[in-house]
Amino acid sequence: MTNKIWVYIDQFEGQALPSSWEGIGVGLSLAETLGGGVTALVFGQGVEGVARQAFHYGAGEVLLADDATLADYRSEPYTALIAKLAAGRVPEIILFPTTTRGRELAGMSAVDLNSGVLVDVIALEVQDGRVLATRPIYAGKLLAKVQCSAKPQIVTLRGRAFAKPEADESRAGVLTKVEAAMAEADITVKVVDYTTSEVGVSLTDAAVIVSGGRGVSNNPKLEPPADLSDGEKEVWRARKGFELVGGLAEALGAAVGASRAAVDAGYVPYSHQVGQTGKVVSPDLYVACGISGAIQHLAGMRTSKVIVAINKDPDAPVFKLARFGVVGDLFDILPHLTVALRERLGK
Amino acid sequence: MKIVVCVKQVPDTAAQVVVENGQVSWGDAPLVINPWDEYAVEAALQKAGDHGGSVTVISMGKENETEALKHALAMGCNEAILVSDPALGSSDNVAAARVLAAAIRNVGDVDLAFFGKQAVDSDTGTLPGMVARILGWPALTLVSAISVLSAEAIKVERAIEEGRQVVESKLPVVVSVTKDYGEPRYPSFMGIRKAARAEIPIWDLGQLGIEAPAPVISWPEMMNPPRREVTTEIIAGDSPQDIAAKLADKIMAEKVL
Ligand SMILES: Cc1cc2nc3c(=O)[nH]c(=O)nc-3n(C[C@H](O)[C@H](O)[C@H](O)COP(=O)(O)OP(=O)(O)OC[C@H]3O[C@@H](n4cnc5c(N)ncnc54)[C@H](O)[C@@H]3O)c2cc1C
Ligand SMILES: Nc1ncnc2c1ncn2[C@@H]1O[C@H](COP(=O)(O)O)[C@@H](O)[C@H]1O
Repeated sequence: MTNKIWVYIDQFEGQALPSSWEGIGVGLSLAETLGGGVTALVFGQGVEGVARQAFHYGAGEVLLADDATLADYRSEPYTALIAKLAAGRVPEIILFPTTTRGRELAGMSAVDLNSGVLVDVIALEVQDGRVLATRPIYAGKLLAKVQCSAKPQIVTLRGRAFAKPEADESRAGVLTKVEAAMAEADITVKVVDYTTSEVGVSLTDAAVIVSGGRGVSNNPKLEPPADLSDGEKEVWRARKGFELVGGLAEALGAAVGASRAAVDAGYVPYSHQVGQTGKVVSPDLYVACGISGAIQHLAGMRTSKVIVAINKDPDAPVFKLARFGVVGDLFDILPHLTVALRERLGK
Repeated sequence: MKIVVCVKQVPDTAAQVVVENGQVSWGDAPLVINPWDEYAVEAALQKAGDHGGSVTVISMGKENETEALKHALAMGCNEAILVSDPALGSSDNVAAARVLAAAIRNVGDVDLAFFGKQAVDSDTGTLPGMVARILGWPALTLVSAISVLSAEAIKVERAIEEGRQVVESKLPVVVSVTKDYGEPRYPSFMGIRKAARAEIPIWDLGQLGIEAPAPVISWPEMMNPPRREVTTEIIAGDSPQDIAAKLADKIMAEKVL
């Protein structure tokens, strides 16, 4: 029989996003109170490998929909399928990772299933048989406890807020194959193309982030090519600065972040922006280079475990949140820091 | 082409937001248009400019919450509507989506409904998909560029974790816009004057022909987050090399690598 707790596994081209496995861990701990086990939802094409992994991480059952119409994530056929499965099997809780796809699908499923959605949850408990969830609002300036009176209770979990369970490759479970809910002819949206990009390590999943701000363009010792305009010169300088940020990130297997000032000035694409109108991140280590620490930036990284700030200005607000600070020029410090950490990590 | 854009009024992002006696307070910080929604307004105005047609801006809120609408009018939207009803006290996103969907239906013959990516107060980012689902339209969320738009069809680029996804769809659609769509224009002087004088009609639930949707989400408690207890240690030394070495040792000792 299908379990009452479902976990949606978000995958792209057969690779599950790590926060999906955190969802199985949360599902298992809810099951300790509510009974039963965890049923994982795996949709896609050629994704039996993902289903097997879901068993390794602790799912007792997988509902696997493997179909050409599901090869690319599209909200219409995916939402329709969740609605169809839930109508027949009546889950009490559906957990999604707060990824772009998970967030959208959770919301749209809430409409189809006449329920609500608790978004971007960082802590969960069970109270009177219901989920009581904690979620940040105002970019983490406040926390709210929220609860849903309808069923299924739909929840999206913030990445890295919950521990990932240990995978055990000997574990197996019940694989239930299900049909897609829509035919291709009835699906309005067609996927034309992908450009998978430069992104490298994803910011929201990263355990370590090295970020650059406007300060990275401020190396007077560098002389940009004379034929550039002033704006282009600044970007040229910033790119050189970001090479140092990127160098440290590479040494640490870290993602590269940026302040809005760096993004708006064209130093790096918006996908790197950390903050209230960028990405909210919570790595184990956050290194802020040439970032002043405006409230909107701090909102996006204040829950990082250890924050290191390198800034010329001793009064920069970023130092208030930092565990370690260096008052100095990032162009002097970063190259040596990269070498020193490489050595200590044996790289 | 008939275009709608949905905007929300929120406290300025620079505000210190705190809970005082169980109430959320943002001091004397101004109320502004949700920053993400400025990109949506920009997209709507660009598309109306390219294809002809009008842009109606809609906001749901209390009866005096017109800041976001005025900003959008000042940027160049043709018409503003405030959706407001004493029966709408809820902070439930599905309920909000049902009301906004009804308002979009009430505008009539809409081809494109633009949304921002997320509201910076509630931080949910689910309304665009929900409204699309209620209207039975496709949702094209997190759109960074619109490469093709005709009377029947649209082709967009979406920003996803893995890069860019290009998708096409028939109209009508809901589109949520991300920041890399392009910088929003500043309101013009004339626009600001026009917006200040504008009479903004209020649509209540009676006009939308719906009952207040029953919220299912409750908010039993709001809290200030635990204070971040840090003692900042400033690392000094004889040379950059010395400082870097000391800092590296300190970082290693935290066992985060
Ligand atoms: C609606 C709204 C939303 C926003 N959202 C965000 C957001 O999501 N994320 C975000 O980051 N910001 C956001 N901001 C912008 C925010 O207010 C700040 O403007 C921005 O964070 C500043 O970026 P910065 O620290 O890189 O630049 P600055 O404030 O200019 O700071 C640069 C710092 O670099 C230091 N520096 C200069 N040269 C060097 C050097 N050689 N070595 C070491 N240090 C050096 C300087 O001392 C300074 O502290 C938002 C603003 C608004 C209005
Ligand atoms: N009260 C509202 N009135 C009009 N539009 C809104 C309202 N709340 C949210 N929106 C729109 O929905 C988007 C996503 O909001 P949310 O899902 O609440 O984070 C916003 O960027 C706005 O475009």
